[in-house]
Amino acid sequence: MGRLSGRLDDVTADAGYEDHPPRVGFFTDTSVCIGCKACEVACKTWNSVPDDGYLLTGMSYDNTQALGASTWRHVAFVEKSSEVSLPVDLGMPSMSLPGADPSAAGQATESGDGVVTWLMSSDVCKHCTHAACLDVCPTGSLFRTEFGTVVVQPDICNGCGYCVPACPYGVIDLREDDGRAFKCTLCYDRLKEGQQPACAQACPTESIQFGELDELRERADARLAELHEKGVDVARLYGRDPEDGVGGGGAFFLLLDEPEVYGLPPDPVVTTRDLGSIWKHVAMAAAALTGVGVAAAVGRRR
Amino acid sequence: MPGLGTSFGRGGATTNLQDLSNADCILIQGSNMAEAHPVGFQWVMEAKRKGATIIHVDPRFTRTSAVADIHVPIRAGSDIAFLGALVNHVLSNDLDFREYVVAYTNAAAIIDDRFQDTEDLEGLFSGYDPETGQYDPATWQYDDASAAASAGQRDPEQPTGGVGSDQHQKGHEAARSESHGSGGPAVEFKPRRDETLQDPRCVFQILKRHFARYTPQMVQEVCGIGPEQFAKVADELTRNSGRERTSALCYAVGWTHHSVGAQIIRTAAILQTLLGNIGRPGGGIMALRGHASIQGSTDIPTLFNILPGYLPMPHAEHHGDLDEYVAADAGKTGFWGNMRSYAVSFLKSYWGDAASAENDYCFDYLPRLTGDHSTYTTVKAMIEGRCKGYFVVGENPAVGSANGKMQRLGLANLDWLVVRDLQMIESATFWKDGPEIETGELVTEEIGTEVFFLPAAAHTEKSGSFTQTQRMLQWRDKAVDPPGDARSELDFYFELGNRIRQKLAGSTDEMDRPLLDLTWDYPVDERGEVDSQAVLQEINGTGPDGSPLSTYTELKDDGSTACGCWIYCGVYAEGVNQARRRKPHWEQDLVASEWGWAWPANRRILYNRASAAPDGSPWSERKKYVWWDAEQGSWVGSDVPDFIADRPPDHVPAEDAAGPDAIGGQDPFIMQTDGKAWLFAPLGVADGPVPTHYEPPESPVANALYPQQNNPARRSLTQSANPINPSLSEVFPFVYTSYRLTEHHTAGAMSRTLPYLTELQPEPFCEVSPRLARARGLENGGWATIATARTAIEARVLVTERLRSLRLGEQWVEQVGLPYHWGGNGITQGDSANDLVNITMDPNVYIQDKVGTCDIQPGRRPRGAALTAYVEEYRRRAGVGADQEKGDG
Repeated sequence: MGRLSGRLDDVTADAGYEDHPPRVGFFTDTSVCIGCKACEVACKTWNSVPDDGYLLTGMSYDNTQALGASTWRHVAFVEKSSEVSLPVDLGMPSMSLPGADPSAAGQATESGDGVVTWLMSSDVCKHCTHAACLDVCPTGSLFRTEFGTVVVQPDICNGCGYCVPACPYGVIDLREDDGRAFKCTLCYDRLKEGQQPACAQACPTESIQFGELDELRERADARLAELHEKGVDVARLYGRDPEDGVGGGGAFFLLLDEPEVYGLPPDPVVTTRDLGSIWKHVAMAAAALTGVGVAAAVGRRR
Repeated sequence: MPGLGTSFGRGGATTNLQDLSNADCILIQGSNMAEAHPVGFQWVMEAKRKGATIIHVDPRFTRTSAVADIHVPIRAGSDIAFLGALVNHVLSNDLDFREYVVAYTNAAAIIDDRFQDTEDLEGLFSGYDPETGQYDPATWQYDDASAAASAGQRDPEQPTGGVGSDQHQKGHEAARSESHGSGGPAVEFKPRRDETLQDPRCVFQILKRHFARYTPQMVQEVCGIGPEQFAKVADELTRNSGRERTSALCYAVGWTHHSVGAQIIRTAAILQTLLGNIGRPGGGIMALRGHASIQGSTDIPTLFNILPGYLPMPHAEHHGDLDEYVAADAGKTGFWGNMRSYAVSFLKSYWGDAASAENDYCFDYLPRLTGDHSTYTTVKAMIEGRCKGYFVVGENPAVGSANGKMQRLGLANLDWLVVRDLQMIESATFWKDGPEIETGELVTEEIGTEVFFLPAAAHTEKSGSFTQTQRMLQWRDKAVDPPGDARSELDFYFELGNRIRQKLAGSTDEMDRPLLDLTWDYPVDERGEVDSQAVLQEINGTGPDGSPLSTYTELKDDGSTACGCWIYCGVYAEGVNQARRRKPHWEQDLVASEWGWAWPANRRILYNRASAAPDGSPWSERKKYVWWDAEQGSWVGSDVPDFIADRPPDHVPAEDAAGPDAIGGQDPFIMQTDGKAWLFAPLGVADGPVPTHYEPPESPVANALYPQQNNPARRSLTQSANPINPSLSEVFPFVYTSYRLTEHHTAGAMSRTLPYLTELQPEPFCEVSPRLARARGLENGGWATIATARTAIEARVLVTERLRSLRLGEQWVEQVGLPYHWGGNGITQGDSANDLVNITMDPNVYIQDKVGTCDIQPGRRPRGAALTAYVEEYRRRAGVGADQEKGDG
C-alpha cells in the first residue's frame, strides 16, 4: 500500500500496477439531472442488488434515502423555497423581511413568483484516491483495480465491518441479512469488457458521465465555466480537487448548492490520514510505557 | 388527434424529439416531460445546453419545472385561457409572422356571413342545438371562391363532405373527427381570400375579435398567473419566433385528458401557426404519446371509429357502397383526394383475391358503425347488460380508466371476460378482491362473469414494431422465448382466427364470408409463432407482381395493389424492413433518416415545405431545412421533402385540378383540401371552429369569460355510478388533478410488480400546498382521505411548496395532486386515484376530463360499508343527484 493522504497523481501505479489503463471515474453533473432514477434501477438490475425495502419516507421523492449496502446509486431530492411568505390569516410562518407587507408578498409569490427549486443529484461511491475503506480492510477484500477504482470482493469479505466507519461519506455498509459489506464497483465487470457502467449508460440526460478521470476533470471545468458565464454562480465542483482530504474522488460532482444541502460532507478527510502519526504516537507511548516498565523493574531490583 | 389533424392535415406530432434540440425556446404545457418522457427529454436538455429558454406551464412544480428556466403554475383545466391570451398578445401586437401567415394559413379565407362567434352568442357558436348538445357547422364554412355570391344558394342539407345536415350529426356520433389523423376534413371548395387580412369576415379578423377578451388580466383571474409572468412567457415565445428563430411546443395527456382536450391543442396549433413555427426546424408541436406504441395504436387503430391509416369506419346509414364511402370523405384536392386507392388497397389486403371490382372489393364485409361505441359508452352498455363479452388486452381499466368503480361494475356484469396480461391485474381479480367487494356493493358469489386470464409475452419475448411518439416505426427482435403458456398478441389473435375459421369452415351463411375469405395464411416458425415481418410486409403493401411497394403514391384504385395501411406504405420498400435500420446518429446527421422509418414516407418534420419562404428559398440560413433548388428542379434538404418533389414554388394549379394536382406551389399542408394550416376550422371539430375557454365539468369557479360554464358540446355519461360534483360546491372546494410518476408505468402492472420500481415510489400519495395542509390539518407523511361524489380514497400526504396556492381574483384555489398508479394487487397496494375521476368526455375523441373537484380530510378513509355511507353523506351535502341532467351553471 502506498501513501495514505495528500496529492497522488497515479493511484493505480501507487497500488502496484506497473502497466495499467488510465484511471476512470464518474463526473455527475447535477445541473442536468432530472431525477428519473434510471441510474438506481440500472445499477440494481445489472449488479443484482436486492430491493432496499418499501418505505414512503415523506422526504420529497426520495424513498431511497441514502447510499448503503443495497443502494449503490442514490438520487437525492432537495426541495428549497425561498422568499415565499404565506398569507397571515392562516397563521403560516412568514419568511419575508421584517416590516414587509406579508399579505402583498404572499399574493405575489403564491401566484407563482416565488422561488422554488428542486435539486436532484445522483450520489455514488467516490472511489477516493485515498480510500480509507480499503486501507482498513484486514482481509484484502477491498482492493484497488487496474482502473483505479475501489472494489469489494464478496467472496473474501468476512463482514468485520471496519470499512463502514472508515468511509468519510458513509457509503459502504453491511447487508443485514448477509453480513458482508457491499458498495458500488463502478461496474468492474463491465469495465473489463470495455463497457461503461450501467448507471452512466442508462442516464438519459448525460448527467452521469463516465470516462477517463483526467478528461472528465477538464469537461467539468469547462461546464463550470459555462454555467458561471450564464450567471449560475451557485455552481461548484465537489470532489474534483486532487489536493482535498481524500486526494480527489474518482467520482466527483457539479453541485448547485453547498454540499451539505445534498447530504454530502463539506470537507471530507480520509479517516486514515493520521494513521501514520497515530501509529507513531502509539509506538512512542508503547516505548514510553516499556521504558517505565523497565525502569520500574530495574527499580524493584534495586 | 383531431386537434392537430384538422389544423394541419395529420394527427401526429409535426416534428421529432431530436429536432427539439434546434429550438430557441421550448414551451412545455400539458406535459410533465422530464418525468413521463425522460428519454425524449434529453433533447430538451440539449436545447437548453445550446441556450434555448425552457418554459414549463403546469399546475405543479415537477421534475420538468426543476430544470426549466421558467415555471408558471397554472390552475388545472384553464389552458385555453392562457394560450388564448398568448394568441391575443400575438394578434394585437402584430407579432405574427405575417408573410408565413398570409401564404400558408387560412387567415385570409372569408367565412360564411351567417357565422356567429362566442362574442355574439354568450359563449356559443352559431349552429348549436340545445336538444342534442351538438353543433351543425354549416355556418362555419368558407365563402366559396368560385361562387362568391351564392352562399345562400348552397343547400345545407346536402349530404356531401360532412357539411351540415344529418350526415354531419351522425359523423359526430361516431367521433368522426378522429379520422383526421392523416388528412384534414374535406372542404368542398377553396375559399374566397383577402390577402390584406382586412375583411371583417376573414379568419384573421374573426380570430382577433374572438380572442380579444383573453387578456393578461383574464389570465390572472382564470389561471392564477400574474401579468408579469404571462408577459415573460409571451416575450420569450415571440422573441424566439420568426425568420431567424423558432420555438417548439410539447404537450401530452395533460392536454388531451380534458372535456375541451382537442380545443386546447387547437389553440396551441393556432399559436404556433401565427408564429410561423410549423414545418420548420426547432419548431412544431411535439405531441408526446403515452405507451411505447400509442401512436401506432391510432395509425393501425385499436379504436372503434377508424380503420388503418385513418380511413373512417363506414357508417351503417351513410356508406352503402364504396362510391358513397369515398365520395363522403375524400377531399377534392390534396393527397386525401386519392382515398379510393387507399381504401381499395386496404380491402385487397384483407380479402385478397376475393375482393374484386365486381363485388365492390368486399366493401360490404367491413363492419358498420351505428353510433358511439367508444370505451366509456361500452362500459355503460355492460352495466346495462347490453354488452356481454370483453377483451382486456394490454390495459387495466379497473385502475387505469376514469371512474374505476364504473369499470368494475361493468366487468362484473359480463358473460365472459378475457384478460391478457403479464401480471394478474385488478381487472382480472376485481370479482374477489376489488374495492366493491370490501364495501359489499358486489358479492363474489353473485358475479356471473367468467374470467379467462391468459398470460402474455413481454416486449423482449416477441418481435414486432413500435410506432413511437414521432410517428417512427422501430423494429425489435425477440430476445428470449416467452415462458410457459405466454404468447404474443399476434400469436393469440392468429390462433383465435384460425379456430373461428375452423368452426365456420364449410358454412354457406353469407354472414361468415368476411371471416372465411380473409387472407389468413401467415408463415409460422418451428415454434408455431407467426412471422411478424410477414405482417409488416402485408401492411407495407404489394404491387401487381407481388413485390413490395415503395410509397403510397404507387397505390391504385383498380385492385392491382394491396396495402394494409397506406400511411405505412414504404416501411418495407425494396423488400427491406426499413423499421429495423439502426444507424446511430453519430454516423449520420441529426435528422437521422436511416434510423427506423417514420410515416409518411420517412419524413421527420412534417409540412417542411413551410421551412422555405413562398419563393422556395430558406427563410434564413440559420433555419434552413428544405428548399427549392431551381437547377435540379426539385425540393432538396436533409429531410424527405413533405411536398411533391418537382412542383415549383410558383406553380398555380388548373381550375379543375383534383387530388395532388390541385396542390399549389405555396400549399405546404398537402393533406388539407385547401393546402393551408387552419387557424379557423370550418369543419372537423365538434365543439367549435375556434377554441373557447370553458370550465371543467367540475370546477370551483364560474367561467370568467362567458356565461356558458362548461363545454356545451361535451359528452356527459349519465349513469348512477357516475355522479358529477356541482360546480362552485363548498362541499368539494378543491381541484384535483391526476398524473404519472417516472417510477411507475400507467396502471402499474409493469411497475408495481417489480421490486426495483416499487421501492422508489412504494405508496400512493397526494401532494398539497402548505396552505392547504394548514387549512385542513394535513401532516407530511400522514394520511389523507380524498372524496368526490364517486368515492373516497386514502393516500399518504406530501406537503410541498411545489404545489402552489393560486389566487384567482378574490378567490384562492388549492389543487390536490394525485398520482394514479396503484390498485389492490402488486408488491405494494393502495387506493386508485382514478376511482375519484368522473367521466365527462371531449366530443371529438370521447376522452374523459382528468380534472375535477374534491374534498380532502386528514386521516384514513372508512372501511367496508362505512365508506359507502361516507360518500353518500358527501353527495347528500353537495346535493348531488344520482341521475344528474346535463346543465350549465
